[in-house]
Amino acid sequence: MKKIIAGLLLTAGVLLASGGDAGVSGQRDLNVAAVVMFLIFVAATLGITYWAAKRTKTAKDFYTAGGGITGFQNGMAIAGDYMSAASFLGISGLVYLKGYDGLIYSIGFLVGWPVILFLVAEKLRNLGKYTFADVASFRLRQKPIRILAAFGSIATVILYLIAQMVGSGKLIQVLFGLPYEAAVILVGVLMIAYVTFGGMLATTWVQIIKAGLLLSGATFMAIAVMYHFGFSFESLFEKAVEVHKNHEAIMSPGGLVSDPVSAISLGIALMFGTAGLPHILMRFFTVADAKAARKSVFYATGFIGYFYILTFIIGFGAIVLVSQNPEYLDAAKGTLIGGNNMAAIHLSHAVGGNIFLGFISAVAFATILAVVSGLTLAGASAISHDLYANAFASGKVDELREMRVSKIATVVLGIITIILGIAFEKQNIAFMVGLAFAIAASANFPILFLSIYWKNLTTRGAVIGGTLGLATAVALVILGPIVWVQILGNAEAIFPYKYPALFSVTVAFIGIWFFSITDKSEQAQKECEAFEAQDIRCQTGIGAEGAAQH
Amino acid sequence: MMDKETIERIKQNPDYQELVKKRSGFAWKLAIAMLVVYYAFILTIAFSPKTLGTPIGDGVITVGIPVGIFIILFAFLLTGIYTWRANSEFDALERKVKEELREEIGA
Repeated sequence: MKKIIAGLLLTAGVLLASGGDAGVSGQRDLNVAAVVMFLIFVAATLGITYWAAKRTKTAKDFYTAGGGITGFQNGMAIAGDYMSAASFLGISGLVYLKGYDGLIYSIGFLVGWPVILFLVAEKLRNLGKYTFADVASFRLRQKPIRILAAFGSIATVILYLIAQMVGSGKLIQVLFGLPYEAAVILVGVLMIAYVTFGGMLATTWVQIIKAGLLLSGATFMAIAVMYHFGFSFESLFEKAVEVHKNHEAIMSPGGLVSDPVSAISLGIALMFGTAGLPHILMRFFTVADAKAARKSVFYATGFIGYFYILTFIIGFGAIVLVSQNPEYLDAAKGTLIGGNNMAAIHLSHAVGGNIFLGFISAVAFATILAVVSGLTLAGASAISHDLYANAFASGKVDELREMRVSKIATVVLGIITIILGIAFEKQNIAFMVGLAFAIAASANFPILFLSIYWKNLTTRGAVIGGTLGLATAVALVILGPIVWVQILGNAEAIFPYKYPALFSVTVAFIGIWFFSITDKSEQAQKECEAFEAQDIRCQTGIGAEGAAQH
Repeated sequence: MMDKETIERIKQNPDYQELVKKRSGFAWKLAIAMLVVYYAFILTIAFSPKTLGTPIGDGVITVGIPVGIFIILFAFLLTGIYTWRANSEFDALERKVKEELREEIGA
């Protein structure tokens, strides 16, 4: 631990030094406030990690913070997982660029939450222990289901991690003037430190603090924008329509969803994908019972909805206050310095000067750290709990050993992420988050959902159907417009839609249904018979995992 | 693991049946309400993009803005309604079921 802190102080020194260099070379002036606030955040979170490390003794502590997180805290943490730097900067940037379309996107991301609450959250809590594979394999054969679920989880986590890493490397490069590789390594090292030493407890508190900072910062920005317009939405929108190059068009739906198939497919990907993201599902095991699980989603939905309303105001504020100011524009290209995703960052400077710019930059950095830590923990749990402890050792494994494996897995995943983050620097990674959502919606979600609700689900059905869903999602993304045309340079896409979820989710459900009902084996019969006992536990929590007693 | 007899006895318990029926029914109704509202919104955009672009009165604000904000508030409201009812009414019923089944579940 001490060595890590020393290493980080060294990195921080490099950060300051190289920031200074970059200022000289004209990449961007060093924002001392940003660096100082970021260092305070790192020091505070390492302090929390140290505190959490002392409380993380058992596997249950490591994976689920001992099950002792409250509904409100977990709601903040879930919202924090969802409010990534990509969604903060990406959605405000989308509003800045296209106006109303940004809101359509936010709504799609939000509406999955009520559905998760009504159909999945409390049942997940009552059935599971550490990972969603616990639920999926509750009455099915452990080995094949665990392997498939772990594969789905790891694929989702790695794609998501690469997207976050590449985005963060570029963001930090612009904000702090740090070289891309150094930024990726810094994020990777901090993330490994939080997760290996502090487990879920540290990861959750880092996420809560960051969610609080991000919500406060965004609130301040939105209020500053509204203050500028005398708290009148009419005058904000009027001015935005006047200065935006698309004028009235920014007030109505544009090209984001153009045809019904894409519209429905995007909706399915966002809704079911959210319900299949391993790092989000894992959060439901950190609370004491079904009651707290419900409260978590209630608070999370509130925070996320509020956050999206803020990003909408921020995007429109940036149209008026940033796009007209030559200070923020690249004179040669006439676009924003650093691209459209920097709209919120520039706006923070426009409304709050250098100090507030520093605050928002530090928060953006903190956001990246918190989100990648949650992802890494979910990935490591899939490796240690699902693959190692349950699939290969058949559950006969010492708890401490399992925990050690998951710490090793964290370090390995962290290193892989750093390497891939650097390797993908110049690649087009736009498809990665979409693919992560498609896999989560087409492999993880159908198995999880049917294992809870459908009596006749069998191991054979789940494995074949889930694999088909996963393969279809991957194949259609490769053959679709983004990878096939934009990346591989072919003239025309073989699969015409950007979002494959409508098709891949359908394939998964039909596959699971067909290979379950035609499964006449003795094992299948046993699995169907076990449904009733499972359902009773699901409904009442009888026999469910309780919170650890400390 | 529970044996068959215990399962049967729990399933026959009228309060258990009431709990499952009421809570599932309520949850599915709310889920469907959310899906209907969201897909009505998304399909309106896909089939008739102009509808949401209609200005309200003489101003620049279009119908789409309040509709969008409404959906965000609606989602939050639904989770609130469900959480409130489940944490009071359904949980009370669940406690009653567990009380009655004390012997069967060995609590």
